[in-house]
Amino acid sequence: MIDREQVHKVAHLARLNLTPEEEEQFTTQLGNILGYFEQLNELDTSQVEPTTRAIDVSNVTRADITKPYENREAILESAPNREGEFFRVPQIFSEE
Amino acid sequence: MTTAAPVKTQYEAVIGLETHVQLKTATKIFCNCSTEFDTPPNQNVCPICTGMPGVLPVLNRTVLEYAVKAGLALQCQIAAYSKFDRKQYFYPDLPKNYQISQYDLPIAEHGWLEIEIPDSDGKPMRKRIGITRLHMEEDAGKLVHAGSDRLSGSTYSLVDFNRTGVPLAEIVSEPDMRSGREAAEYAQELRRILRYLGVSDGNMQEGSLRCDVNISVRPVGQSEFGTKVEIKNMNSFNAIQRAIEYEIERQTEALESGDRIIQETRLWEEGAQRTISMRVKEGSSDYRYFPEPDLGPIEVTAEQLKQWQSELPELPAQKRRHYEDELGLSAYDARVITDDRAIAEYFEATLAAKANPKLAANWIMGDISAYLNENRVSITEIALQPTALAELVQLIEANTISNKIAKDILPELLTKGGSAKELVEKKGLIQISDTSVIEAAIDAVMAAHPDELQKYRGGKTKLLGFFVGQVMKQTSGRADPKLTNQLLAQKLNG
Repeated sequence: MIDREQVHKVAHLARLNLTPEEEEQFTTQLGNILGYFEQLNELDTSQVEPTTRAIDVSNVTRADITKPYENREAILESAPNREGEFFRVPQIFSEE
Repeated sequence: MTTAAPVKTQYEAVIGLETHVQLKTATKIFCNCSTEFDTPPNQNVCPICTGMPGVLPVLNRTVLEYAVKAGLALQCQIAAYSKFDRKQYFYPDLPKNYQISQYDLPIAEHGWLEIEIPDSDGKPMRKRIGITRLHMEEDAGKLVHAGSDRLSGSTYSLVDFNRTGVPLAEIVSEPDMRSGREAAEYAQELRRILRYLGVSDGNMQEGSLRCDVNISVRPVGQSEFGTKVEIKNMNSFNAIQRAIEYEIERQTEALESGDRIIQETRLWEEGAQRTISMRVKEGSSDYRYFPEPDLGPIEVTAEQLKQWQSELPELPAQKRRHYEDELGLSAYDARVITDDRAIAEYFEATLAAKANPKLAANWIMGDISAYLNENRVSITEIALQPTALAELVQLIEANTISNKIAKDILPELLTKGGSAKELVEKKGLIQISDTSVIEAAIDAVMAAHPDELQKYRGGKTKLLGFFVGQVMKQTSGRADPKLTNQLLAQKLNG
């Protein structure tokens, strides 16, 4: 289903640091969740077109007209850290 | 029987380009924020482009139109069913931790464009470069690394999301190019097409056109590709060409000395004119694409497609052929005139007013272009109308004015406009083709310069130019130069 190595990899992709105990715990829990969903595979869907959405609607578009958002300050304020008009983020490590 | 000397292995490069172009819309791809360049940090942001929970992105219909038009102009098949996907990666320039892009069902695929490179005789060599795909996506934000101008050494970074959500088209070519020259030409032709369509301004300095190069080298005759290297960070067509030439040499030397090429991303260093390794581990990217649940699929109707197709202008390659084959322009002239759509249209309007194509082209490429460059204006901003240029060309062709007079009055026509014919009449600049009038002027000149006349007759025939100049001065430049030369030669020798 899912092994610890995959959990480790996904955690890495999501920039999460898991302790060995957490890795173990999530391997079991994610395995259970995936196992539950695995029931869906009992159905034969070989004749069914893949569905990416539940609602059958296409070509939803809008006109190219500018409308500035008025509460920019709230967005800046909602960040954990800002510096003037910038968002401030911790030191970025280049990919190892 | 002769014994063949050991032949040195010949290598060839295999080159493909990945180009990101900014689509020239007023608003971002999925929200109503402005795409304006150079505004204060985080001026053009909203909950959608900053990825707040619960927001709903909606596709800008002009982005779709521009992407489809670009796809059509690149001879692509437009997808009957297309969708957006989430590309997951974690970097602070991306507020949502995913980029909305298109993965397996891009809006356009399987196209081509034609490049034209003049050979040493000036004859055009044409080559088709395949377009693998074109898809729509959003741009990321901009990072400013504090405490250092480089990422390494900075203690923290500042993020500006103004660019986040700016619409891009990513255009991927087939690995059909074999030299830096071909790649640079491909990139230029691509930009020319996009500018003709008016869907992008293609400004490389401002980052609205960015090219990444994929390049490998292999022995000629080998069908498998060599190990591919990606080059980034070139901000001119010239840099694309030189980065590729550098890389071909580097890879060929490595192969010749038995080294292995490492699959990696390299950066072009403009100052040092070389590529350097970014030392990024390849093959580790795992974007976990999945369909974007917030955006519905796109099904361009046949009717809509027909409408957009009908709005496409004549494209540069078509114009080049038309100018060469039907108007008799040289490949070089056709390339220069068609480089910019506004100039090509100006040229065509001049022809519509019945100007000789070659003469009109010469004026546009010569004095008019010089004026445009000097004053940093576009051809649509000058007062000289195509009809007036046609008049000017006709006046020269009919021998009513000399080329010299035409050059003299051009500045006034460029800045004040009006009719060339009326200006010539008003200023009394009509060429003198009356033999007796020119002869009278010659006689006067000869009488005024007896010393020069003596020297000329003594064998110093180079003085002919002096006499021509004097006759022109005498007639305010209006004497027919050809006739003046003829008559002078007769009189001086007589």
